[in-house]
Amino acid sequence: MSVLDARPEHSARSPLSIHAMTVAYRRKPVLWDVDYDAPPNRLIAIVGPNGAGKSTLIKACLGLAPRASGQVEFWGMPYRKARASVGYVPQRESVDWDFPVSALDVAAMGRYRKIGWCKPVSRPHRDAALACLERVGMHEYADRQISQLSGGQQQRVFLARALAQEADLYFMDEPFAGVDAATERAIVEVLRELKAGGKTVVAVHHDLQTVAEYFDEVILLNMRVVAAGPVSEAFTNENLQKTYGGRLTLLSEAAEAMAQAGSAGS
Amino acid sequence: MFSMTAAVAPGATWREAFEVLTFRGGYNTNVVIAGTTLLGLAAGVIGTFALLRKRSLVTDALAHATLPGVALAFLAAAALGMQGRSLPVLLVGAAATATLAVLAIQAILRFTRLHEDAAIGVVLSVGFGAGVVALTYIQKNPPAGSSPAGLNTFIYGQTAAMSVGDATLMGAIALAAVAATLLFLKEFALVCFNDDFARVDGWPVSLIDLAMMALVVAVTVAGLQAVGMILVVAMLIVPAVSARFWTERLWLLVVLAGVIGAASGYLGSSVSALLPRKPAGAVIVLTAGAVFALSMFLAPSRGVLATTARRLRVRLRIAGEHVLEAAYERQAQAGRASASGETPGGVFASVAQERGWPWWFKPLVGAWLRARGFAKRRPSGEVELAPAALERGARVSRNHALWKQYLISYADLAPSHVDWSVDRVEHILSPRLVAELEAALAKRGVVIPDPHETSTGRGRAPGAHPHDEAPDASGGAR
Repeated sequence: MSVLDARPEHSARSPLSIHAMTVAYRRKPVLWDVDYDAPPNRLIAIVGPNGAGKSTLIKACLGLAPRASGQVEFWGMPYRKARASVGYVPQRESVDWDFPVSALDVAAMGRYRKIGWCKPVSRPHRDAALACLERVGMHEYADRQISQLSGGQQQRVFLARALAQEADLYFMDEPFAGVDAATERAIVEVLRELKAGGKTVVAVHHDLQTVAEYFDEVILLNMRVVAAGPVSEAFTNENLQKTYGGRLTLLSEAAEAMAQAGSAGS
Repeated sequence: MFSMTAAVAPGATWREAFEVLTFRGGYNTNVVIAGTTLLGLAAGVIGTFALLRKRSLVTDALAHATLPGVALAFLAAAALGMQGRSLPVLLVGAAATATLAVLAIQAILRFTRLHEDAAIGVVLSVGFGAGVVALTYIQKNPPAGSSPAGLNTFIYGQTAAMSVGDATLMGAIALAAVAATLLFLKEFALVCFNDDFARVDGWPVSLIDLAMMALVVAVTVAGLQAVGMILVVAMLIVPAVSARFWTERLWLLVVLAGVIGAASGYLGSSVSALLPRKPAGAVIVLTAGAVFALSMFLAPSRGVLATTARRLRVRLRIAGEHVLEAAYERQAQAGRASASGETPGGVFASVAQERGWPWWFKPLVGAWLRARGFAKRRPSGEVELAPAALERGARVSRNHALWKQYLISYADLAPSHVDWSVDRVEHILSPRLVAELEAALAKRGVVIPDPHETSTGRGRAPGAHPHDEAPDASGGAR
């Protein structure tokens, strides 16, 4: 609690507070000293060049990437306690789509937490998963084996699974990557619905053209947070220049040196 | 069944074979056969998840690593004054070193930069080598009061040497493994499909992984005596891989793999019962291997034959349509009013040459054209195109023009660069896509006339034939 007292701005109202977080893979830091407080009920884009650590930021928040230091809180709680209110859309490429399940089976995975251990997916949960497929326009494909879906359709199935989690804070890793126009429209529609329902979404986004149209807030990232805040304030030419205009040479060199020291030591 | 006829002939009669296969070969034999069948069922079921988790090879490593466990357990039991060759004791030892192997692989992956294949290779060979050394030592210096005879059967397996108690233990472990797998079906599937999502969702992924591996270890250890450590892995992998050819449904995959595994176990132990010196493991692997070969070739949508036939059909359709398109375009350029009755011999030969068809392909395309009613053979031996042929040719030709115009006006591609993709896309445009293309082009003021109207003379469209700007379009692809 003392940490919270020391930082009054990290109120329990903020769905996501990141304090001084550094992330390192094999001792090579990929994200330095990230501080960020997400305002509630906003659509937040994480933007930055390749290798900036956008996905890593999300993964570190969720405990999927190793945090070298710092902490992350959800509504003032550690992830362990807030888990039931957090939903996740991983990168589409992160799974093998040649898996013997249907679109509905995948959407129903979002209900597993509510179903609990060892029990099969009962009728109400099945219907709930089907309703989520419908929200992303995929109910006609419910029985389709997932490898027979197009990339955009697979992305929508992943989104349906996250909706089935009925969370309050969603993390989405590149939801718009390589999708068709119909899928892009469906995702935007879902984002608006989520916002109208009081939810918060943090999404890795790669298309600078649509940031202002789709999102309220932006985190400009390049191994560290270059700027963050409402799109109207943070999404400026100057900040974009700083984000995309080459890496900080010293930061990269330091990371490289730490990696070298790590491999020499082990 | 081929393995049965081959194996039965020298030592046993058909009558004996029939009796064993129908559970009339005596109580002891029946228990062993039933136990091995259950083992096959369990291996198929849990092997499905090893396959889906992409851990098939880890099972091989842990199976080989059971050998030092067997040897060490034998020595330890003998040192404690127990009868060394007690199956439960040996199996506990086997399970211990198998688990150690799994942990060793994980540790190597975690603390070094080696990849999984290398880690598995090291653990597998070192584990097996240690076992061989230990067994050799035991054979040379047998501990007093314990005979090491029969420890070798753990390498290749021998159902005939099993007691009723051994077989019952094996069957019980197998049944328990099946029950546990079915109980955690949902959790296992979740972790196998998307472990990161499962972790974020709050599932103890490492624990679930461990449970899956523990079940694999249990089945492996249970099957050591019957099948042997080298071949037990085949029971885990082959039924699941074979079943995958037949279904896209998880529960059906689990059931099919179980059935294939059970059938392999049943046949293998029966043969071993008929011919006491034939190792059951080999027969089990041959049976499962036969099922795999059949599945690989004959399965309806994933099988090699079905896939090849599908590809050939598409290739034939595209080739046939190229002929029709060329026939239509020659006609249109020659400006004739009536289309049918034309001899396509020249068209056919020139398309074949332009596209470099292999010698065997040409007659197949001809057969395709005839089968679809686009061509027929005259009594004189010449080929004649039916009216439907030019209609289809006109449609393909128009699709070609539509798509080409679309690429040029929307994708800013140079006309000389679009032929390759156009050449393929023109054959797969659905009526809906064609309508969308027309709409998109109309927005830019481009109208591709409908060839049906130009060729039949109904309302001659303004402008020339769609291919007038690019007369080489159909032939320029190669």
